[in-house]
Amino acid sequence: MGAPRTYRTEGIVLRRDNLGEADKILTLVTPDHGKVRALAKAIRRPKSKLSGHLDLFCRSQLLIAKGQALDIVAGAAMIDGYKHVRDDLWLTSCAIYLVELIDRFSEENLENRALYRLLVEALEALDGGRNSELLLRYVELHALELAGFRPQLRRCLVCGREIEPETNRFGPNGVTCAACPIDSTSRPISVAALKVLRFLQANTLPAAMRLNADPRVLGEVEGQLRRAIRTILERELKSSEFLGLVRRQTAEGKIAAPTPT
Amino acid sequence: MQHQTIAATVEPVARLIDEFHKLPGIGPKSAQRLAYYLLRMPESQARALADAIIEVKEKIVYCSICFNITDVDPCRICAAEDRDPTRVCVVEEPLDVLAIEKTREFRGRYHVLHGAVSPLEGIRPEDLRIDELVARVRAGGIDEVILATNPNQVGDATAYYIQRVLQPLGVRLTRLARGLPMGGDLEYADEVTLSRAFANRQALS
Ligand SMILES: [Zn+2]
Ligand SMILES: [Zn+2]
Repeated sequence: MGAPRTYRTEGIVLRRDNLGEADKILTLVTPDHGKVRALAKAIRRPKSKLSGHLDLFCRSQLLIAKGQALDIVAGAAMIDGYKHVRDDLWLTSCAIYLVELIDRFSEENLENRALYRLLVEALEALDGGRNSELLLRYVELHALELAGFRPQLRRCLVCGREIEPETNRFGPNGVTCAACPIDSTSRPISVAALKVLRFLQANTLPAAMRLNADPRVLGEVEGQLRRAIRTILERELKSSEFLGLVRRQTAEGKIAAPTPT
Repeated sequence: MQHQTIAATVEPVARLIDEFHKLPGIGPKSAQRLAYYLLRMPESQARALADAIIEVKEKIVYCSICFNITDVDPCRICAAEDRDPTRVCVVEEPLDVLAIEKTREFRGRYHVLHGAVSPLEGIRPEDLRIDELVARVRAGGIDEVILATNPNQVGDATAYYIQRVLQPLGVRLTRLARGLPMGGDLEYADEVTLSRAFANRQALS
């Protein structure tokens, strides 16, 4: 009693799971309510007023009704559908990866405005044609931080000494120096890769996107962050395999069509 | 909670509830309701249901050309003399074939993928009949491939993926026109809209 039966919020669609004949359960991330799961009734029918506004990684204004077991989407109006992203397989793969990442690092009904802001900024940057690889690394690093896993990059995790410009080790919590005992969750990290991580950690997204990083170094950073995320989540992100597949195809310029069987 | 109710139920009934619960769109409550409904059903009717389930598994196969479900191989569409083998319409599910057939707009053949590329659900390109589509096109005799995946993100990504795979083979690729409402499922589209989307299909660059 007393609590409002409906509320307005904006949100981004992180997941869409079919339910029954024509419904879907949506997982949304919102600024004030964190992650929200809500039922979108009859959304798979073409006449649905919701369907065009609630596709994966759509940003929409929402009207949500409090339900007994599950909240219900009572209305939706698209703010941004990120059209350029949708029309490109590589950018789509990036966006899918981003929403999965945010899904894993956000909590239900727990306000996290910064994490929401991070996803909005990232999708806008992706749609605006920014360096997508650098962008993914930025979001990974900052999503870790906003979920309470900010890696320590300046001082050694074990002895606390300032990190020297030599090959050190990187693990889910940050860097350990060459002099300290080896921890099995860490791997060697090059000076250049550590520099990129520090730069991404210290800057806003628009500033970070100005970095002109060597693709090989970015490749190393990708591996380092992927391992950190896998260790923290205790699993691989499901979409990372597809992201890797499309990345390889894009790099080759064309796909090597599978051989007939 | 669900475990309690099942533990309090007789074992064969619990098993039936469990099986229903595995079906798409059936929650624990519906699974219970269905199971108790079956309990009250006359035995002859229950047998008819069980036989129908077994028969569908035993008699229905995938067409070796288009991978639609069929009771004869090749299926009736692939075997029909009056259908144009040079045009192939790619759809996600067998139900989409039915929806398109109702429009009478398309007189070519189909290719059923049995799903769509959906990384979040762990559905990868190799889980679909994409390699088989490539093999079909590579074998020759196909002039146009019409991509009729659902007009939503998952369907679009699947179409773009197939576009990449088929482009090097030099076949003409088209995609259903954007008249279809975004975000919906093809199988629910009305015939007029679907016919129009077919007639106005666009070439993919
Ligand atoms: Zn140390
Ligand atoms: Zn067939």
